[in-house]
Amino acid sequence: MKIRVNLWLGAVLFVTVVLAGILAPWLAHTDPVMDANLMNAETPPGAEFWFGTDAQGRDIYSRVLHGARISLTVGIVTQLINTVIGVALGMSAGYWGGWWDDVVSGLTNMMLAIPSLVFALAVMAILTPGLTSLLIALGLTNWSHTCRLSRAATLSVRNQGYIRAAQVLGFSDLHIMMREVLPNIAGPIIVIGTLGMGGAVLAEASLSFLGLGIRPPYPSWGSMLSDARDQITTAPWVSIFPGLAIFITVLGLNLLGDGLRDILDPQDRARRS
Amino acid sequence: MTVPASSSPLLSVEGLSIHFEIGSGLFGKGGRTLRAVDGVDLTLARGECLGLVGESGCGKTTLASAIMGLATPTAGRILLDGEDIIGHGRMARARLAQIVFQDPYSSLNPRLTVRAMLEAPLRLHGVTGKSELDDRIAEMLRHVGLRPEHAQRFPHEFSGGQRQRLGIARAIILRPKVVVLDEPVSALDVSIRAQIINLLIELKETLALSYIMISHDLGVVEHMSDRVAVMYFGRIVETGDWERVFSAPRHPYTRGLIDAIPDPFRTRRGERITGEMPNPLAPPKGCAFHPRCPVHDERCVGAAQPELDEIEPAHAVRCFRATELA
Amino acid sequence: MTGDALLEVDRLTIALTQDGVAHSAVKEVSFSIGRGETLGLVGESGCGKSITALALIGLLRRPLSIGGGSIRFKGREIQSLSDAEMRRLRGNAISMIFQEPMTALNPLSPIGRQIAEMFVLHKGATWHEAERQAVAALGRVQVPAPEARAKDYPHQLSGGMRQRVMIAIALACRPDLLLADEPTTALDVTVQAEILELIRDLSAAEGTAVLMISHDLGLIANMCRSVGVMYAGRLVEQQAAEAIFTGPRHPYTQGLVASLPLLGNRARHGRKRLQEIAGVVPPVSAYPAGCRFAPRCERADAVCRDVDPEPTALPGGGHVRCHHPVTAGANAS
Repeated sequence: MKIRVNLWLGAVLFVTVVLAGILAPWLAHTDPVMDANLMNAETPPGAEFWFGTDAQGRDIYSRVLHGARISLTVGIVTQLINTVIGVALGMSAGYWGGWWDDVVSGLTNMMLAIPSLVFALAVMAILTPGLTSLLIALGLTNWSHTCRLSRAATLSVRNQGYIRAAQVLGFSDLHIMMREVLPNIAGPIIVIGTLGMGGAVLAEASLSFLGLGIRPPYPSWGSMLSDARDQITTAPWVSIFPGLAIFITVLGLNLLGDGLRDILDPQDRARRS
Repeated sequence: MTVPASSSPLLSVEGLSIHFEIGSGLFGKGGRTLRAVDGVDLTLARGECLGLVGESGCGKTTLASAIMGLATPTAGRILLDGEDIIGHGRMARARLAQIVFQDPYSSLNPRLTVRAMLEAPLRLHGVTGKSELDDRIAEMLRHVGLRPEHAQRFPHEFSGGQRQRLGIARAIILRPKVVVLDEPVSALDVSIRAQIINLLIELKETLALSYIMISHDLGVVEHMSDRVAVMYFGRIVETGDWERVFSAPRHPYTRGLIDAIPDPFRTRRGERITGEMPNPLAPPKGCAFHPRCPVHDERCVGAAQPELDEIEPAHAVRCFRATELA
Repeated sequence: MTGDALLEVDRLTIALTQDGVAHSAVKEVSFSIGRGETLGLVGESGCGKSITALALIGLLRRPLSIGGGSIRFKGREIQSLSDAEMRRLRGNAISMIFQEPMTALNPLSPIGRQIAEMFVLHKGATWHEAERQAVAALGRVQVPAPEARAKDYPHQLSGGMRQRVMIAIALACRPDLLLADEPTTALDVTVQAEILELIRDLSAAEGTAVLMISHDLGLIANMCRSVGVMYAGRLVEQQAAEAIFTGPRHPYTQGLVASLPLLGNRARHGRKRLQEIAGVVPPVSAYPAGCRFAPRCERADAVCRDVDPEPTALPGGGHVRCHHPVTAGANAS
């Protein structure tokens, strides 16, 4: 059995972060927002504050743990929205072709031409700032790659005999797309979904860093980095730990995505042969 | 005058044409017409196997697609048991006509077990009781020479020949009236073909099926067919009993096809036909076959195209010179 | 095997290495081809006929390699020649044509140039002279209007035309031996007949020996004087072409012949149930220890399962590799 480093390492990292987020209320030492004691401001990492404290005296360790909840929620939910939109548009475009395909391709090209952060900003400007609008904004932004991929995968499956057989047996187009096409294109979509989650985490961090995502005092990793801008030389731990958290999460997701690609692709070929 | 029901054909294709507009200009003008199927008349009797023969580009696949509802005809009718099925929805058509595909490796969904694959169409068409489903599936597997245990497996666990059996099972599980066989053995290893050919013949007899068999392999067509129709350039050029068509072909194309088969005993018969099928977007004047025909004369290059005429009972040929060529 | 045969293959073994294990994809195959002769190799997919041809022309690549035996071409052993020496032979003295002309031709180069390359490479001609000879070569393969056609690209030609171009390239330098691997399988039957006739006529005119490979027994028997039948990497029978059909000696060949719906059989004998060969071709990694056909053979016994048979010479010429060959005249055709 080949040891798939990518897959296992990625899975371990990702699961660790997920657990940290889920168990944050129990693992954290303090309340991430309320427990602010200016007396403890900018304490270096030590026995009491594992990761040190920030300018307001809040425990960075607890804030990083709670931040995991926000970042993962954003990562997972937005990618889910992206996937649903992308697969729906791409698969239907590939399956039906014709004018619908032209419309979807036009839309996709448009989306790819607009910088995603700018688009997300525009959406958020319309909706009131907050977690929900961030989710909607990011969810509406990054579906183009999934759409392209779904369309291409659907085109390659479209002319297989079993699709035509399903049509001849009387199944509706919707049934065929959901039961015959989708399971056979799921592999690459799962891979791109996993990689997309990493991108979503980074996007959230960027937006929050710019002050446009999760607003302080809520502990988003991105806003923690933003707060620590002035203290990089005086109190580096304030930015190191949130930065490290982002790094580990995105790295884990990327490795997981790579690892999944390795097992899903050749297995598909083996199953088809 | 009433025609006795038993003598009316099961399937009757009348004047069927399937034309495609190619390369239409900006506003839909200036395009050319690809006449993939051009005025085809065909009949299939109950319990008969009609062999549909022709080379690539002759339109036989498009014709089959139209019968299956996968292509929309431009003109003509397809009557099954007297009813025109061209406008029929998928569900109605599914119980009337089914198809066995050429490639057993791409015609089965790799993610479905055999059971799932056979159960789904039954459920869709109203068979829902578990025991009835089990019975129908087990019965079908037995019919095609597989065992009930095979139902749990996935397609990749089967060989090419077994996969083709599964394709056949799927095609007949709804008990259709007509089964189109699209090159059913061409993609199989030579030593397996006999198994599938024997199975198809057996099923036709046991289950009273009617076949339209598309094939470029004349040996298989001769073995399996009761009647044969030869297609060239979108039209039927000869049709008749298998014995008449193979032992006394009248159309020069049919003769050329038969001659072209490599004969292991090296007896050669008539004239070889040369060249290749003309571009379908630029049909020749007069008879479409004349550029390649070794025996054409001035009638064949005129404006008129030959009609499909019956030259003897149950044997029709589309050729101006049919009666002259022995 | 005569001493002056053009090609002598002696117990050639080709190994396929998978996961560190070497399987004999072709095991101890021996045959010879004389000058100007045509030999056919027939068998199903996976039987090893194509890789045998690749071995002859030195185109085996990992995970395939020559595992034993010798190939003598014009008296000289060529199985261990260096790449550079093999390149001097390839296209020059030994040529090959393949099944899919579209992938065998360079899509970005006009066909005239692709033929001309052969003259420049092997005969030291100038490009100008080579292009002139290329047009002549196109004429020899009966391409109409060769000067105009020479400027066409492969995608502008039909399948039959492309195959003619491939033949022109292969025969440009008048090789001694032509290997033809399923050259007509992808073509319509009328075009196939023309291409086969072309190969037959040209090779007869130039005295080129031909090794024709196909899964179509009828085609092989029609084209070739001598036919070798391969199964699972073994050459199980070799006889004159008519004898393969009228008197096959190996149970596999006999089963194959009886399973084919030959044109004319039904008119002569009525529709008989085709004889079936039970089972499937085993994968390379699981070839049986004894006779490789034993699992599917009705005549197999313990000896067959344990011992891989050696060839037995046949009285009418040729050989069969079987412990219990079919008796002569037992086949009803």
